[in-house]
Amino acid sequence: MSELKDTEAEPADPHALDEPHARLLARLGAELGDAVLEQEPCFGIPVVRIRRDSWRRAAEVAKVTLDCDFLSFISAIDWQPAPKEGDEDSSDTSSPVQPQDVTYGVAGSDGRFQVFAHVQSTFRNWGLTLKVDVDEHAMLAESWVPVYPGADWHERECWEMFGISFDEHPALRHLYLPSQFEGHPLRKDYVLLSRVVKPWPGLVDVEAMPDEPAADEPAADDAEGAGESDDSGGDPE
Amino acid sequence: MNLPPRASEAERSRASTGERVAASGVSPLATSEPMELDPRSFRHLADMQVNVELDTGDMILNLGPQHPATHGTLRIVVRLDGERVISADPIIGYMHRGYEKLTEFRTYPQITTLINRIDWLSSFANEVPFIAAAERLMGIEAPPRALYIRTILTELSRIATFLLFLGEMGLQVGALTPAFYGFRDREHILNLIEAATGGRFHPNFNRIGGLKDDLPWGWVNDTRTAMKTAFDACDTFEDLVAGNEIFEARTRSIGIIPAELGAAYGVSGSNLRASGVDWDLRRDGKPYLAYPEVDFRVWTHPDGDSFARYWVRLQETREAARIVLQLLDQLPSGPIMTKVPLIIKVPQGEIWVETENPLGQMGYYVVSKGATGPFRVKIRSASFSNVSILPWLLRGVYVPDVITILGSLYFILGDIDR
Repeated sequence: MSELKDTEAEPADPHALDEPHARLLARLGAELGDAVLEQEPCFGIPVVRIRRDSWRRAAEVAKVTLDCDFLSFISAIDWQPAPKEGDEDSSDTSSPVQPQDVTYGVAGSDGRFQVFAHVQSTFRNWGLTLKVDVDEHAMLAESWVPVYPGADWHERECWEMFGISFDEHPALRHLYLPSQFEGHPLRKDYVLLSRVVKPWPGLVDVEAMPDEPAADEPAADDAEGAGESDDSGGDPE
Repeated sequence: MNLPPRASEAERSRASTGERVAASGVSPLATSEPMELDPRSFRHLADMQVNVELDTGDMILNLGPQHPATHGTLRIVVRLDGERVISADPIIGYMHRGYEKLTEFRTYPQITTLINRIDWLSSFANEVPFIAAAERLMGIEAPPRALYIRTILTELSRIATFLLFLGEMGLQVGALTPAFYGFRDREHILNLIEAATGGRFHPNFNRIGGLKDDLPWGWVNDTRTAMKTAFDACDTFEDLVAGNEIFEARTRSIGIIPAELGAAYGVSGSNLRASGVDWDLRRDGKPYLAYPEVDFRVWTHPDGDSFARYWVRLQETREAARIVLQLLDQLPSGPIMTKVPLIIKVPQGEIWVETENPLGQMGYYVVSKGATGPFRVKIRSASFSNVSILPWLLRGVYVPDVITILGSLYFILGDIDR
């Protein structure tokens, strides 16, 4: 593995950008100017936070100037940690416990909600992750549909799952969920009802078979034999 | 009863000639407005008259959610004028299982059981990018032997998926035999996957830092034999399906995806390569698994129609078998697991990992806050984007071609709905 050898030879920064990506980032900065709020490399891919009013222009620049013709996805994230359930001393380690303090990811954020997208080029082998903050009270972002027609379904998904609206989107309708569905399931404060009704069983989830005394060898043999005789008795009928 | 008018003879003959190219996407048909009867679109004045007389307005046809051609529960609401589609609106979500939410309630090792069920025909390939994301965030790497076995199993899932497609595509245009061949030939590959992992469809074989088990004894030779049958199967399908006159008539110049538009819609994988885009993440993406060590060709086709998609997948099946044979020859020895802590905690950070899956680009955007489970996982599945082009692609085509196009795009419902 060339990759393996490289990492063994020198503990290089895993985030460092290669030369084409560095150029890509520089050109994006030159085109967008102060609309770039923050930028940070993340495992070789530039992550750029765009000012709210330049979100669509960023897509245009990415598509036209930077040759990122391929829209990989658009999605959103809710940085507010989910309210803690259960008691802290519980020995149940099966469910992950997230830290309760609010921290933001790569390239930062100025609020709870963020829309992020990944675009890449099919002929230049580079890609770019773009982020934009969403005002928690307005819950509105600029739509990418005029630039990437494929943004349609992705934005419908964001609207449905997070409640983020997109201006100029042709029809924000429910995508996965029934049209009467209320709530936005991927928000952190949306309760996963199945877990409330019954907690995740945890690491050990082995039940004894019916009619089988747990972990008792001779008894299990007996039960097996009884089952067989039942079967043979039932056959003539 | 509002029976639609039957397509006239002229329209039928047009369906098998090049004029259909113009029909899919370009005006005057490329509009979601109610279609005006344009005399220029009829070859004979008589046709127009017949159509005007029988004009009964649009008919709405619900294709699915249980239609066999939708491979599951995809529903497409098609508005028809006669046999021609005016607009098509795919309605998804009948299989939505909320995996992105569920991942937030599970630990990293538990999540692999979920993502096995995204694209259930090539489950092993689904696991790879997620495991890679966790490994890169933790700064560990699986040993070379594990990477090679992962690559082999990924390519085997590709062959299994495509063999089924190559047979099933015949079924979509009315040929029953290839479907049986597809299922039969796929079985050889599934047996191998089962022998190595224990599961035919849901291997759940990857572990963060390596693999669950080493290969069973004799598996390498069995695989070599099975690759021979895979090559034979490809030859059969090339003869039986791709070389068939009726198949060509039904698929040539049907459902053309222009390269630029396809990319802007996020169409990826074989579907995009069939539109002439020479882009394969195995070769062009960030190096992953053992792909830098193998020599393979990326197949493209300039046409972008249903036939091209079939042809590209046919070639890619052979290429995948060649990759497997190469990897078997180079398979290194050594451990299959690297050292990982008993309770896996992934350091704070976020990462985007993408791989070339059988259906196209599959990726995970994992955000970790240092806990035993991820804070957020965005699952980018190939079929979702591949199918999102349908409203554009189905506009103006005829009803039988809808089925051909659906078949040739080759999506898995679990991969759309997640």
